[in-house]
Amino acid sequence: MLIAGVYFLLPLYAAFRFAGLSGFGDVFTTPGFGSSLWLSLRLAAVTWAISMVLMVPTTVYVHLRMPRMRRLLESVTILPIVIPPVVLIIGVLQVAPLALRASAWLLALEYVILALPFSYRALDAGLRSMDVKTLSEAAGSLGAGWLVTLWRVILPNMRTAVLSATILIVALVLGEFTMASLDLQQTFPAWIVLFDQENAQISVAASIFALFVTWIFLMLITVIATRQSRRTGGAEVTLFSVAPRQTIGN
Amino acid sequence: MADMTDTVTAPGSHAGPGARRFPSPLRAAPAPVRRLARHLGTLPFIAYVAIFLIVPLISIVIGAFQNPQTDAFTWSNVNIAVHGSYLHGFEQSLILSLLASVIPGVFGLLVAYAIFTATGRAAQFLRQSVITASGVFANFGGVPLAFLFIASFGSVALVTGWLGDIGLHIYNWGFSLYTLSGVTLVYMYFQIPLMVLIILPALEGLRPAWREAAENMGARTWQYWRYVGGPVLMPSFLSCLMLLFGSALAAYATAEALTSGTIPLTSIQIGSFLNGNVLAGQENVGKALSFGMVVIIAVLMTCYVLLQRRAAKWLR
Repeated sequence: MLIAGVYFLLPLYAAFRFAGLSGFGDVFTTPGFGSSLWLSLRLAAVTWAISMVLMVPTTVYVHLRMPRMRRLLESVTILPIVIPPVVLIIGVLQVAPLALRASAWLLALEYVILALPFSYRALDAGLRSMDVKTLSEAAGSLGAGWLVTLWRVILPNMRTAVLSATILIVALVLGEFTMASLDLQQTFPAWIVLFDQENAQISVAASIFALFVTWIFLMLITVIATRQSRRTGGAEVTLFSVAPRQTIGN
Repeated sequence: MADMTDTVTAPGSHAGPGARRFPSPLRAAPAPVRRLARHLGTLPFIAYVAIFLIVPLISIVIGAFQNPQTDAFTWSNVNIAVHGSYLHGFEQSLILSLLASVIPGVFGLLVAYAIFTATGRAAQFLRQSVITASGVFANFGGVPLAFLFIASFGSVALVTGWLGDIGLHIYNWGFSLYTLSGVTLVYMYFQIPLMVLIILPALEGLRPAWREAAENMGARTWQYWRYVGGPVLMPSFLSCLMLLFGSALAAYATAEALTSGTIPLTSIQIGSFLNGNVLAGQENVGKALSFGMVVIIAVLMTCYVLLQRRAAKWLR
C-alpha cells in the first residue's frame, strides 16, 4: 500500500518541483490555452449529451426487457478499451464524409465510442442498485406511460450513476490525445504537447493543471453523490461501483 | 428514442401473467414479429456502434488488402507488415504489453486485496479514496503522464537524482525512461488503477463463508488460497490480464510523447502512417498493421470472453 502510494505521488511531486509556481502563472497567459481548453470543453459537453441520449434508454431497456442481452452488451462495450484509438481513427478518417472529417465534431462522435466502457458500466451499476422492475411496475399500475416512468421514476433514481458516467466521460475527453492529434484538432492535450518543444516547464505545469481539474471534478461528484444517497438512505457511493460487487468484469 | 415508442410495450412485462399494464400495438402480431420488435429497442445503440466502430474497422480490413492506386486485391501490404522493421515493431509491442500487463496485474491485485480486507473506521475512507483515485489515474494516460515521468525519472530529474545520492545510479544499470523498461514503468501508472477497478468485483465475489468453511475443516491460509480462493479467482484474474494486455497494446499517446518513436512500437508506426511519413505505394501498409492489431485483439477478446464465462460460474 505504502509503496503504491509513493509510486503514485512521487511523480506528481517531482513535476511540481520542476514546473515551479511561476510555471502555473505562465500557463494561463500562453496563447492557445483558452481556445484549446474551450474546444475540449465543448467536445466534452457534446460527447456527454450523445452518450446520455444513447445509453440511458438502452441500458434501461435491456435491463427490463432483455436481461440476457446484458452479457453481450458488456462484451461489446469493453471493446473500446482494447481497440487502439490509432487503428480506429484510421478507419474513421477513411469512411467519414469530407464535411465531417473537416470538423471537430467527428471527434465527439468517436469519443462516445471510446467512453462506452465507462458510461455503460456506470449506468449499469446504477440500475442494478435499485429494483427497476418493481419501480416500473408500480409506476405502471399508477397509470404512468413508459416515457413518464423513465423520466420521473427511473432517472431520478439513477442520478448518482449518471453523475459518475458524466465525470468519467469528461475525464476521458479532457485527456484524449491520440485521436485529436491524428485528426489534427488542437484540443487541450494536443496543445500541451505542442508547447513541449518550446517550453517544457509550461507543458508540465499544464499537465498537472489538467490532472487537478479532473481530480477536483471527481472528488466533487463523489462527495455530492454520497450526500445525496445518505439523505435517501442509500449506501456509500464510489465512482465506479455504486453496487460494488457488480461493476466491470462479471 | 423516437423509435422506441412503438416497440416498448410495458416496462416489466416480463414479470409474469397480469403484469402487462400498457396495451401493446403488437400484441396481436405473430410471435416471431414480436420477438424481433423487442430487439428494436436496442437498435439506436447497435446502429451507433456499427457506424462508428464496426464500419471503420471493416474498412481497415478491406484497405489492408488493397493496392493504394488501383484498389485491386493484393497481399503486398500484409507482406510488408509482417517483415523487417514492422515485424520487429510487433515483437516489441507484444513484449511491452506482456510486461505492462503482468507486473501491474500483480500489483493491482495486491492493492485491491489490501483495500478489500482493510477493516476499522478508516477502512471505508481508504476504500473510497483508493477507488476514486483509481478512476482518475486509470484515465490519466497520455501526454501529461509522460511529462510527469520525464520530470521525475528523466536522466537529470528529481527522483533519479535522489536515487543517485543514495548510491543507486539506475541509468548505469541499463534503465532508461526512453526504453522498454522505462515505458513499462510509466504504463504501470495507469495500468495498476485499471486493474484495481476491474478486479475488485471479483474479489468481492469471494464469499467469507467459503473461508470460514475452509477454516472449520482445518485449512491453513495457504491451503485456502491454493484450493479455494486461488482457483475461484484465477479465471477473473486472467481475464483482467487480457484487458490490461489489450490496453497496453492500444496505448499510443504516452509512448509517442515519451520516446518520439525511438522504440519501434506498432501503434506508433501506424500513427506515423497517418502523419504522412509514407513511401509511395505503401500507403496501405498502415492499414495492414492495423489489421494485424485487430487480429491480436480478436484473439485476446475470445480468451477474455471464455475466461469470463468460466469466472461467472462461481462469482455471482
